[in-house]
Amino acid sequence: MELDMERPREADESFEEIYRQLEQVVAGLEQGGLSLEEALARFEQGTHLAERCFWLLDQAELRVTRLLADEHLADEAESEP
Amino acid sequence: MTGLRVLAVSELAWYLQQLFRLTPALSDLWVRGEVADLRRSPAGHCYFSLRDEEAQVKCVLFRSAAFRLAALPQAGRTLVVHGSLDFYAAGGLCELRVDLVSPEGVGLQRLQLEALKLKLEQEGLFAVERKRPLPAFPRRIGVVASEGGAVIHDILTVLRRRYPLVEVVFAPSAVQGERAPDELVAALRRLGRFEREGRGVDLVILARGGGSEDDLAAFNDERVARAVYACQVPVLSAIGHETDYTLADLVADLRAPTPSAAAELATPDRAALGRDVRRLADDAADALRAHLASLHQEVAQSSQRLLLRSPEVLVQGHRAEVRACLARAEQRVLLHLREARYKLEARRLQLLTLDPVGTLERGYAICYNQAGNVVTSPAQVAPGQALRVQVSRGQVLGRVTETQEW
Repeated sequence: MELDMERPREADESFEEIYRQLEQVVAGLEQGGLSLEEALARFEQGTHLAERCFWLLDQAELRVTRLLADEHLADEAESEP
Repeated sequence: MTGLRVLAVSELAWYLQQLFRLTPALSDLWVRGEVADLRRSPAGHCYFSLRDEEAQVKCVLFRSAAFRLAALPQAGRTLVVHGSLDFYAAGGLCELRVDLVSPEGVGLQRLQLEALKLKLEQEGLFAVERKRPLPAFPRRIGVVASEGGAVIHDILTVLRRRYPLVEVVFAPSAVQGERAPDELVAALRRLGRFEREGRGVDLVILARGGGSEDDLAAFNDERVARAVYACQVPVLSAIGHETDYTLADLVADLRAPTPSAAAELATPDRAALGRDVRRLADDAADALRAHLASLHQEVAQSSQRLLLRSPEVLVQGHRAEVRACLARAEQRVLLHLREARYKLEARRLQLLTLDPVGTLERGYAICYNQAGNVVTSPAQVAPGQALRVQVSRGQVLGRVTETQEW
């Protein structure tokens, strides 16, 4: 668990992953059986994850890529022997 | 005679069956003719002939196929039927197994579409079991729609508002006209192959605005339907108006009533997610609070137990014991005193009975001789000698006149 906490959060981590982690952390806290240090560390981790979720939700801007037929044809020419 | 191969009748029948069934032209036939010799079997099958001036063909419409039809064949009517040619071995005749029936003059195109739908359905392209769930948190959504126009604009607007975390890969395509089916197929394949940073698209939205039946024809094309089926990721369709159901819609994993609705179905809502995250954060705080509270209580209980074992409490306990001891000792002493007093009294009474004075009071007397000794025998005195007799309240003086010994 400590390893997991110390792992730096990559900017490209998906909302889904962070959200799942947050759910797990909260479930762990609610389940109990942790030492005080562990509980505090988990809580801190959860707060951090929640902040990242909010940040992702607030900062995101829709990215649009156009996939044109010409590129497709070029791709196909390459892949065919 | 060697090399001559004599067939059993059933072998020939089997051969004919195979021949008919494996010839594509015979398994997908459209035939026009007039209905004659119509007969229904008790099992619900329909038998009839289709004929024109020169020929006739035996037809059978099985109950399972008849069940789907709006109207059954009627004798004397001219019909267009669809079906496959087969050899009925037991009856020794070749018959047309009909699956679609339409009065002549009704749009052949529609009938063709019905036949294609039937074929794809039998192949399992519409199977409910095959419908794949959409990802809860898509990261990349492929969109096939017309280059310009409202559809892609509507989709992007919804996504921007609802879940801008997603990335859109837009593969524009003609959505009507002759080139549309090929372009749609190509766009779907393009999206299926798309990959960036090791990931492809998580789902594809196939969308087109409303239009006439002819406008939507490309989405009823068999190639497009098969391309939708072949797509490796779930396909969400939104084609035409809510009441139009194209083949592509039927093959798609999910169908949305409009392109905007498709964008909504494809993504979670940012505002709702924010609320979920807030709730999770609150839950975490609650859980920590509960944890701290329970630790608090544990400490309180421990300190209570500790207090019970403190020296002060022990000394208090000892003190009480000592007090109890003293009380018991006091009781014991008092008891002894009382006993002693009783004994003393008894002794006093005893002494009282021995006191000579007491005896004198009961009327006894003590006699002394001249020498002052107590007389207990007549030998101690002689006649003429003085006697002193002590009684209770004084003494009597006298002389001995006579002595007698016993």
